Amino acid sequence: MSIAFVVLALLTLAGAMAAVTLRNLVHCALALAVAFAGLALLFLQLDAQFVGFTQILVYVGAVAILVVFAILLTRGADDGKAGTVFSRTWLAGLGIAAAVFALLGWAVLRSVRGLAQAAGTPAVTVENIGQALMSRYVLPLEIVALLLTAALVGAVIVAMYEKEGAR
Amino acid sequence: MTCFSTPLAGYLLVAALLFAIGLAGALTRRNAILVLIGIELMLNAANLNLIAFWRFGPHPEMLTGLMFALFSIAVAAAEAAVGLGLVIQIHRHLKTTDLDQISRMKG
Repeated sequence: MSIAFVVLALLTLAGAMAAVTLRNLVHCALALAVAFAGLALLFLQLDAQFVGFTQILVYVGAVAILVVFAILLTRGADDGKAGTVFSRTWLAGLGIAAAVFALLGWAVLRSVRGLAQAAGTPAVTVENIGQALMSRYVLPLEIVALLLTAALVGAVIVAMYEKEGAR
Repeated sequence: MTCFSTPLAGYLLVAALLFAIGLAGALTRRNAILVLIGIELMLNAANLNLIAFWRFGPHPEMLTGLMFALFSIAVAAAEAAVGLGLVIQIHRHLKTTDLDQISRMKG
C-alpha cells in the first residue's frame, strides 16, 4: 500500500461520493470530472499509461462536458424547488447498494489471499497495443467503430428538434 | 493489516466501493442525469477491476484486460451520448427530468 495509492483512492472516492450526493447539478458534474481524473491517475499508477490517457481524453474531456451540456439544456422546471433531491424509495436503494458492497468486499477479501504478487512491471508500449489492435483484436475494433457510428447517428436523431405535429 | 497483504486487494476494494457509490446514486437520485452519472461510475469501477487484474495477473504481455478496458471505455462513451440525448428529448416532451414524475411509457 503506497501513499500515492491511498491519496488517489481517497480522491476518486471523495469525487464519486460528491458527484452522487451534491444538490447543485453543475457541482455534481465537476465532482464527476474529479472522480474520472482520479481514476485516470490510478490507471497510470497501474502502468496502463495508454488507458490512463484514453480515460482523460474520453471521460474528463468528452463525457464530463457532455454531462454539463445536458444539465444546462435541461435547466428549468424543477430547479430551485424546495425538497429533497433523493427519490421516494431512497432507503431501499441505499440498502441494495450497501448489500452489493458487502457481498463484493466479502468475495474480494476471501478470494484474494491466495493470489501471487505481481511479476515485474509489464513492458507494454503503444506500439504493442497498436499491433494487437490491428492483428488479434481487429474484429472487435471494427465492431466498436460501427457501434460508435451507430450511436452517434442515433444520439443525433433522438435529440434532434422535433417539429410541431410531425409526430 | 492482513487484508491488504496484496496490493490487488486494495484496488479491488476501491473498485467495489466505487461501484456501490455509483449504484446508490443510480438508485436513489431523482434526476435522470444523476442516474446516468451513477451508471458511468459503475462502468468505471469495472474498468478499474479489469486494469488491476491485467496488471497483477500471470500474463500481462497478452494485453487482454487492457484491451477489454479500452473497448469498454468506447462502449461507455457511446452509451453516455445516447443516454443524454434521451434525457434531453424527455425533458423537451415532459418539461421535467424528475424520475418520480416520469411514470408512463406513452409520449
